[in-house]
Formats: sequence, C-alpha cells, structure tokens
Amino acid sequence: MSPKTLYDKIWDAHVVQQDEDGTSLLYIDRHLVHEVTSPQAFEGLRLAGRTVRSPERTIAVPDHNVPTTPGRENPDQMPEESRIQVAALDTNAKEFGVNYYPVTDVRQGIVHIVGPEQGWTLPGMTVVCGDSHTATHGAFGALAHGIGTSEVEHVLATQTLIQSKSKNMKVEITGQLNPGVTAKDITLAVIGETGTAGGTGYVIEYCGEAIRSLSMEGRMTVCNMAIEGGARAGLIAPDETTFEYVKGRPHAPKGAQWEAAMTWWKTLYSDDDAHWDKVVTIRGEDIAPVVTWGTSPEDVLPITDVVPAPESFAGGKVDAAKRALDYMGLTPGQKLSEIEINTVFIGSCTNGRIEDLRAAAEILKGKKVKDGVRAMIVPGSGLVRAQAEEEGLAEIFTEAGFEWRLAGCSMCLAMNPDQLAPGDRCAATSNRNFEGRQGRGGRTHLMSPAMAAAAAVTGHLTDVREMM
Amino acid sequence: MEKFEKVSGIAAPMPLVNIDTDMIIPKQYLKTIKRSGLGVHAFAEMRYDDQGNEIPDFVLNKPAYRESQIIVAGDNFGCGSSREHAPWALADFGIKVVISTSFADIFFNNCFKNGMLPIVMPQEVVDVLMEDAEKGANARMEVDLEAQTVTTSDGEVFPFEVDAFRKHCLLEGLDDIGLTLAKAPAIDSFESQMEQARPWV
Ligand code: SF4
Repeated sequence: MSPKTLYDKIWDAHVVQQDEDGTSLLYIDRHLVHEVTSPQAFEGLRLAGRTVRSPERTIAVPDHNVPTTPGRENPDQMPEESRIQVAALDTNAKEFGVNYYPVTDVRQGIVHIVGPEQGWTLPGMTVVCGDSHTATHGAFGALAHGIGTSEVEHVLATQTLIQSKSKNMKVEITGQLNPGVTAKDITLAVIGETGTAGGTGYVIEYCGEAIRSLSMEGRMTVCNMAIEGGARAGLIAPDETTFEYVKGRPHAPKGAQWEAAMTWWKTLYSDDDAHWDKVVTIRGEDIAPVVTWGTSPEDVLPITDVVPAPESFAGGKVDAAKRALDYMGLTPGQKLSEIEINTVFIGSCTNGRIEDLRAAAEILKGKKVKDGVRAMIVPGSGLVRAQAEEEGLAEIFTEAGFEWRLAGCSMCLAMNPDQLAPGDRCAATSNRNFEGRQGRGGRTHLMSPAMAAAAAVTGHLTDVREMM
Repeated sequence: MEKFEKVSGIAAPMPLVNIDTDMIIPKQYLKTIKRSGLGVHAFAEMRYDDQGNEIPDFVLNKPAYRESQIIVAGDNFGCGSSREHAPWALADFGIKVVISTSFADIFFNNCFKNGMLPIVMPQEVVDVLMEDAEKGANARMEVDLEAQTVTTSDGEVFPFEVDAFRKHCLLEGLDDIGLTLAKAPAIDSFESQMEQARPWV
C-alpha cells in the first residue's frame, strides 16, 4: 500500500462514493449545531418534508447569542433577534430529536468546547459544524471543518457532505518551548510565519516534539486557529495524551468497544514516507510570547518588539498595515509592551478551557487588576466553570477584580451584550482581531491567557516572563 | 425543490447595471431565522421610503409588475456580498428567472440551489427583451427550459445556453440534497459497514 498521511487515512475511511467529477461523498460522524447558522437549514428540511437522518450524531448547543450574566434563563435578558435565534434552536433541537444542551444545562458552553468535553469528538472521526472554528476538534486526530448553511442542511438530511480533497501540509514544531511560551504563541507564530492565506487549499497536520508535549487543551488551541492560517482543517495525530483525555468521557466508547477503537486509533498517524505538498518547520525554542498589533491574525510579533512601519512590508500589505495602524491607533516604533489597554477578555473556544484558566490564575494569584481596566473571564463551558470554582480559581479571579461569567462566546464576537465601545483596547485570548469584531471601533490584541492576565495587572501589554 | 416548469409570465425591466446583493436584500434582514418571508424585503431600499411606504415609481410597485416572475436586468446582476439571502428573497417574491448579460458567480450558483434560472444573453438580445418587458402586464414572456428558449410577447424566439447537469436538476426539482438522497442506498451500506468497522461511532 502506498504511504498515507493521517488526513488521507481519515478521508479514505469516510468516502461513501466517489463521483466522476472528482468530488466525493464523505460520511460525517458528528454534526455540531449552534443557533446562528442553523435556523434556515432546519427550516429547509421542514419545507421539503425531510428529517434529520442521524439525530443521534447531531449535537446542538446555543453559544453565540447567549448572555453570560446570571439570570440568563430569562429570555428578556436577550435582545429580540437573539432571543428568536436561541428559541429557534430550542424548537428545532426538540422537534428533530437531536442531542441538546440548553443554557439551563450545566454542560452548555461553546460548541467546540462541549463536543470534546462530552466525548462526542473522538480520534479518526469526521466532524463538521456551521462555524469556522470547528478546526478545534482536529486536536483529537479528527477531520473537522466549518461549513455553510446550505451544507448544514445537507448534512442534517443526508449525514454526508460533497467534498473535494485538500492538499497535505505539515507544520513541525521541533524541540521544546521556553518558559512563558504557550500553545497560543505556537499557533500565532505559525500564522505569523505562513500568513493568513498560507494554509489555503491545505489540511495542516501539526507535529514535532513541542506539539507532542502539549496537553489536549493546548492542542485544541493550536488547531482552533488553523482556520486563521487559511487551512481547511488542522490535525494532530492521536497518542497516549489523547486517549487519556478521551477515556471515561460520557460519549466515549467503553469496554470491548474501547479496545476495538484503540486498535484503530493507534493506526492513525502519517506514514514515514508519506507525501507532503508543503512543509513548514519552526524551532520551539525560537518562539517567544507574542501579541498581535494589527487587524489580521498574521500581524504577530514577540512582545519584546515594536510596532512595525508599514513600509517594512511588501505589496498590498503596505496599505493594509497603514489602515490597521490607523484603526488600532498605534505609531510605528512604539514598544508593544507600552501599549495601554482598558479591557481584558479571557475566554473563547481558543482559550476558554480549564488549563487556560489555571494559567491565568497562576499570574493573578494575590494580584489586582489595574485601576480603570475592565477584566472578564468567560469559561468555555458550564463544566469548566464548575471545575474552576472547585479548584479555587474563581476566587482568585474575583479577588483580583475580574468579572466571573457564565459560559458562552461572549466578547469573542460581540453578538451578545459583551462588547467593546469605540476606542476601547482589549487584551483578548480569542482568535480574531478584525475591525469591529469585538464591538464597533474596538481594538483587539490577541495573546495567551497568561499574557492577558499579566496585561490586566499592569494595564499595558506585558511580557509575562517578567511576572513569573 | 419544486420542479422548474415552463414559465409564462410578466417580466420586470430593471435596466440598472451592477444590482448588488445589498440592494436585493439589505443587511438588516440577515438576522432572520427563515429563508422564506424575505420577499416583502426584496429590494427594500429601492422599494420603500423611510416610513415604509411603497415608492410608486419602483418597477415592482407598479400595478403592471406586482406579479412579475421574470426580471430582465442590466449587467453584472447579483454582485457583492455572497449572502444566500438574495436568491431566497427573489424566490420568495415569486421570481423564477433572471435574464442579464452577466451575473456575479456566487449569486449565479446560488440561484440554481434555490430553484431559479439565471439566463445569460448577449447585449442585443437583452435589449430586445428589455423593450418587451417595458410593455407591461399584457406582454407575457415565455421561458422554456426544456427547449432552452425565451419567447417575447411578439413571438420572437431566442435560444440560450445552460449547463446540462444544472438543467437536469432544475427540471427534475433536484437540489444537492435531493441528489444525495438518491444515493441513500450507498449511504445505508456505508453505515452498515461502519457498524462493523467502527461500532463506537
Ligand atoms: S468563541 Fe468565538 S470563535 Fe469560538 S465559536 Fe464562539 S464566536 Fe466563534
């Protein structure tokens, strides 16, 4: 047999039928659904008199619109349009009988955190969701990517997707990370290296010693932002760390099925002589704690650096950088570590897991949020929140002066009431720093949870290593 | 999807070039949870004033054109944002065919997904059809997808091109989902194999 990549293996295991035009009908093992991109898909089913083919493989959870403040079960807490979208999900989930975690359920949270947490996401699976950050689930060695509303309907009705195969790209992070450097710094550094279009047309497999050493939480952070690098999906081959994480989760296999699954999962790696269409190698030791300075996730620099001059770029990027600096209110040559912030957001499907909260608490222990800074922590799920309370992290946060919120997407995209005001500058652990993403006129700097916590204490972007 | 039948109907003339998807359905209507019901908002900013009253001059508000099923449009129809709400809004209004010299790519594809036929015609034919459309309610234009022809109210016949596969899908009322559902046996057998190979899924 010819050597295969991990992507090839998962792909081959899911082809229902290959068509003459080169597309394949791909079987979908798990379909995650949230309230924003699914209403028209369910309505389409209803209008055509169709049903959900595999409700048992479909998981619905409201996350984008939901308020993260207490009392949110009361629909009056939401603006009308949000309320309608959440209510529609509720009706659809019940009517079509899919697995459902409403806001009143402690397991509710951001769809990409709930899936892995409940053991819905398993190695070797195909996972889709009407949401670009579905890439997160690739951390398990699952082929996971976002789809549009028409495709959501297609998957609901047929449990398949019409797909063309992407190319294989390998991103290797060798060696070890230095202290203070995290999975977020890896994923941002990779995008800084390849650009936001560097992964276009590819599925990326992340490998190398530094990736192997990451926890599952860290691996999810890395894969989450594969999409910001332009890739269709990100993958990490499953290993003991993966199996350990999965074992015992509510929807993970048990007993003999576990053994059978393990037998297959252990074959899920790229063969030594597999063909790669593109390879990028970065030394783990070379990665520093980074922050973004502009309005694209590729606008990344080590915290020790300065705001770049637009002229230092080439081609169309010169104008883009000018526009970005103008929007961000920054001047070339300014030290990144001197940029003052007035808001801190720790959360999102990139960095809203327990390990992220632990990293933030580590920095915040016994410290206070700088006067005039509004800081909030939004756990990625109700279970993350409960665990953080149990571990005493919540107390550290509230004592430091952080708002301790309920689970949801929150200020990651500002569809709920958590938004930046024009001119607000935010240290954020989310994944997009686009103009207006966190609120009209808001300015976003992306970074790791530890770095965001450090910024909360000092009131400016800060090299977390100075606080360790 | 409904089968695409022969259309014999009123054609609305919209000679404006570059009618973009923002004009077809303005962004304030994107927060909907439905794809039906957008018809009343189609062309909202051209069709209604600030108070929500109809602007009598707008073609689809004129008595002769309120029941239009065909639009004859200027160049580059459907450009701009990729929103699928644009074909949803037109279809909901009752539009089945749009004729122009050119269409934006995504809009063009989205039409077929929603049971509508976009027809590309050369400028001189569009000019003739536009003139025919100007005649109002008594001038019915006929679009025969089977025969690939457009016939004016005067009986003048113009042939058009359409991708054979897409034509088949429209005539049979097959959408992507319908086509995949026709492969249900293959999906069934994949699932039963899977039950053996990966029973934990
Ligand atoms: S947390 Fe942000 S990126 Fe993740 S699913 Fe929610 S809105 Fe999307």
